[in-house]
Amino acid sequence: MSTPLTTEERSVVLEVSDLSVSYGKVEALHGLALRVHRGEIVTVIGPNGAGKTTLLSALIGLLPMRGEMSYLGERQSADRSVEQLVRQGMTLVPEKRELFAEMSVGDNLLLGAFDRYRAGHRDQLETIDHVFDIFPRLMERREQMAGTLSGGERQMLAMGRALMAKPRLLLLDEPSLGLAPLVIREIFRTISQLRKTGVAMLLVEQNARAALQVADYAYVLETGSVSLEGPSGTLASDPRVIESYLGFGGRQ
Amino acid sequence: MDLQIALLLGQDGVTNGAIYALLALALVLVFAVTRVIFIPQGEFVAFGALTLASLQAGRLPGTVWLLLAMGTAIALIEGSAAMRARRFRRLPLILLINCGAPLLLAASLLAVSPAELPLLVQVLLTLMLVVPLGPMLYRLAYQPVAEASVLALLIVSVAVHVTLTGVGLLFFGAEGSRTPAFTDVSFEVGDVVLQGQTILVIVASILLIVALYLFFERTLYGKALRATAMNRTGARLMGISGNLAGLLSFTLAGAIGAFSGVLISPITTIYYDSGFLIGLKGFVGAIIGGLASYPVAAGGAVLVGLLEAYSSFWASAFKEVIVFTLIIPVLLWRSLKTRHVEEA
Amino acid sequence: MKRSVQSTILLLLFIVALLAAPVLLSEFYVTLLNYIGLYAIVALGLVMLTGVGGLTSFGQAAFAGLGAYTSAYLTTVHGVSPWLTLPAGLLVTAIVALSLGLVTLRLSGHFLPLGTIAWGISLYYLFGNLAALGGHTGISGVPPLYIFDLEIRSGREFFYLIWAILLALILATRNLLDSREGRAIRALKGGSVMAEAMGVNTPRSKIVVFAVAALYAAVSGWLYAHLQRFVNPTPFSLTQGIEYLFMAVVGGVSHVWGAILGAGLITVLKQWLQDWLPRLLGQSGNFEMIVFGLLMIIVLQRARDGVWPMLQRFFPQDVARARSDGVRRLEKRPLPESGSVLLEVTDASKCFGGLVANDRVSFRVRAGEIMALIGPNGAGKSTMFNGISGVDPLTSGRVSFRGERVESLPARRIARLGMSRTFQHVRLLPAMSVIENVAIGAHLRGRKSFIAAACRADRDEDARLLQEAALQIERCGLRDQMYEPAGNLPLGRQRLVEIARALAADPCLLLLDEPAAGLRYIEKQALAELLRRLRAEGIGILLVEHDMEFVMGLADRVVVMEFGRKLAAGLPEEIQRNPAVVEAYLGGVE
Repeated sequence: MSTPLTTEERSVVLEVSDLSVSYGKVEALHGLALRVHRGEIVTVIGPNGAGKTTLLSALIGLLPMRGEMSYLGERQSADRSVEQLVRQGMTLVPEKRELFAEMSVGDNLLLGAFDRYRAGHRDQLETIDHVFDIFPRLMERREQMAGTLSGGERQMLAMGRALMAKPRLLLLDEPSLGLAPLVIREIFRTISQLRKTGVAMLLVEQNARAALQVADYAYVLETGSVSLEGPSGTLASDPRVIESYLGFGGRQ
Repeated sequence: MDLQIALLLGQDGVTNGAIYALLALALVLVFAVTRVIFIPQGEFVAFGALTLASLQAGRLPGTVWLLLAMGTAIALIEGSAAMRARRFRRLPLILLINCGAPLLLAASLLAVSPAELPLLVQVLLTLMLVVPLGPMLYRLAYQPVAEASVLALLIVSVAVHVTLTGVGLLFFGAEGSRTPAFTDVSFEVGDVVLQGQTILVIVASILLIVALYLFFERTLYGKALRATAMNRTGARLMGISGNLAGLLSFTLAGAIGAFSGVLISPITTIYYDSGFLIGLKGFVGAIIGGLASYPVAAGGAVLVGLLEAYSSFWASAFKEVIVFTLIIPVLLWRSLKTRHVEEA
Repeated sequence: MKRSVQSTILLLLFIVALLAAPVLLSEFYVTLLNYIGLYAIVALGLVMLTGVGGLTSFGQAAFAGLGAYTSAYLTTVHGVSPWLTLPAGLLVTAIVALSLGLVTLRLSGHFLPLGTIAWGISLYYLFGNLAALGGHTGISGVPPLYIFDLEIRSGREFFYLIWAILLALILATRNLLDSREGRAIRALKGGSVMAEAMGVNTPRSKIVVFAVAALYAAVSGWLYAHLQRFVNPTPFSLTQGIEYLFMAVVGGVSHVWGAILGAGLITVLKQWLQDWLPRLLGQSGNFEMIVFGLLMIIVLQRARDGVWPMLQRFFPQDVARARSDGVRRLEKRPLPESGSVLLEVTDASKCFGGLVANDRVSFRVRAGEIMALIGPNGAGKSTMFNGISGVDPLTSGRVSFRGERVESLPARRIARLGMSRTFQHVRLLPAMSVIENVAIGAHLRGRKSFIAAACRADRDEDARLLQEAALQIERCGLRDQMYEPAGNLPLGRQRLVEIARALAADPCLLLLDEPAAGLRYIEKQALAELLRRLRAEGIGILLVEHDMEFVMGLADRVVVMEFGRKLAAGLPEEIQRNPAVVEAYLGGVE
């Protein structure tokens, strides 16, 4: 673990190779390889049922997986737990948001810092101010129950709660899900800004165009394996991607 | 029945009801956080009462052996897991916590004569002996099946109850115990005599409920438990593991149970198997609250206490029948109230 | 065929062993076997309830008590013949079980067992305190049984009676599980949503299985009363009720033979422990309970299916198969005229807390057309499906199906009108074979009930149901996997099984939630072909799908949804040119 790393390797936050996930006897992902560098936004796009959510759930340890995974330069064992990864600064903003509906926005945010609190850090009040800077709407809704928020506010709260953990790698699962275009725009602008803080992001999206616009690098996932990969700009103009994932927009 | 008897029975009912309320709260808590229907809650009451009685009688309480046995079992399980993972440095800590601490407790009990200690110290010792059984039980019986269905967890609970009852008989014998009253003070309000003991139980229960409320509302750990109850996946993603939440809630349940046992020990004679019925009366309260609402559960439990007190006057032979049949109209009422929709 | 011959031989061998047992064994072992038989009857009920139906009860001993006390009281006080007290006991038990079931079964699953704990305790105290039932001393002088003039008094005579009844109940239970109603009971374990959408009245199934388990216990109690010729409250306490559940779980709670195995293991172990433990511990008491409790915890942690599955691999397995010879096809429902309006949704809205998932959506589906509902993820399409099919009713708005208002009907009533659906998150019973899963879809097309199933009077109808299932499976291109456990299929194919199941209901409107997700190109083409054929037959299809190529090449009309609202509707070509739709789908950042 203490072997010296080259500069390039050092900046790799997450690297997986030959990753496979099965539900019972059914394989949902096979032989996946991907890499995320520090301060980079990497996106995984693909149709419904391709295994995008499965990928994120496996990375964060909610699902058992096979294959190699190294995070922050350390090999992760097969029995790594969600809690260990959270402790090391990996945070997932799940597709279903998974908020604490009957708690206030403020308490939801505080719980985002639970693991840091447990580890002895007492800086959640500063962090919460920082999150309010990013999402001023949450500041206004501070006392409101999370269950009463609108769809866009829920997504902001889910992201804000994740940021309370001061993550080094943020996994974002379909942040645009069910949101109006204006709100999507706001969310993606925030994602783009977060990059400046140095956090690496792995963004899973069905909204391919929006994802390709913010991301640096992209993978196309199709029925459980990567069919295409490359810098986002290149993929955005790749006819195959236009045909299948940018849908009928390509015919314009 | 004249007013005086009615008030006297009411006093009894509220006293028992306060204890049932504590148990009902613990049951709702454990169920909400871990989905475990904690049938063995009552055993903690019995163990608390019998441990205090043993200490006061100058005997070494059987709970010491239980603590040692469970500690050793955990040390074996965790130790072998650590060895398999080649984490040898963890071994001393595992041994220290699971075997060292109980041994130390046993040694200090042997060193002093517990019967001569002040009541408060005896109570503290009782709590130190009984409360750790809560998290230990979680570790041994529930943690390996934490993801199982509510039904499977319920069957585990019943199995744990059966085991602990047998263990109680083994360690405490078949004779019952009753500790002397904490206080002989009594007050006269008009025609009615208020027992100091009654007031003590009620005040202690209220204090404990307030403390629990503050824990859940004001501390991050309390909020973490509530968060787990609301959304397990969400909580895990914040680093609140199911095991942490389980251990924490079982510690609270152990504490509430042991404390209730201490409170009830001067009121009734407690046998090794008395806990079950006491715990179940807390359950009737918890079910009135749908295993979800804390205030309704506590209120329901007080109601159970009152019903029990009055029915012991009117039809003492059918006391238990009446109390446990109450659950039928309660369930009917809940059933008419809820429209059960599964997650689609 | 070969397998069923094997199992018949095994069964015969078992019967021969039973016939010989009383002759060969000493009185002590015959008595032990009598008790094992009595316990196994109760445990068998628990297997149905817990292992198959996914419910449980700790109060079975109390039901046995009802059977025993009814008979003891009526025979001793009123001199009624034991053969009349059996139906009387069953009646009392059925009334109690049905009322307890009605009260608890609409609540979450854990309220039933909690209710049985409370009821087990109160009945125990009731037995012990009612003077008419002899209080804690009980009732003695219960007469023996007579079959015509033959008195059944000795343990050996009872042995034959007990085991004959047990075997008959085992066979009846197996028959029942392998039937239309049995499949409905087995479907309960997968949650009630799917079963209800297939037309199963799940509360009824639950109550029936609970009542059947209670009646088994009552039969055991009746036998017990006349074997012992004496009853008191102790054998009907909650502790004994818990022990019955232990037997079922240790033996193997999902297998009928597990009941005998569990009853045998626990009874023998108890006998042995009761001899040894008090000597070992130097005091007397029910210390075997410590061992049972620990054993139970270990079984639940390490081998949740109990001991029977470990032995099972030595026995042949029967799988329900479709017969091809001379089975009359099921009647088909007359379809509405092609082009007539099947489904009309008006101003449908659905809110979850502060979130509006559907906001005043309206559209129609006609017979003989394919209508696609598209939109980005989270637009509220699946919510709309749940609202239409009654799985999760709308907050407001109207749904009329074939001219009938259905928005406040339960899913099973809507299914009966001819609407059938698939689920986005596949809801199959993974351990059950494909054909049995599909046969659940045909639930409403059969009418034979529990009793007919138990005595195999339903074979003709069941063959027709299975044949129908087989036909739909072939239609969906799954012929080769018909007898495989559904959970072994790749996810895409499991979706096809869902379609076959929906088709087995003989629907006039089919709701398909993302049927093509996870399918390969060839499979998608085959699916599109199947849907076109269904359309030509006159079935209306409402389809949620993300694969635009699939949708645009197949649908007659398209409705686009976006964050809960209807954004556009029209022909596929119109939709593809609609700028608002293009914006919604591509919604760029800048």
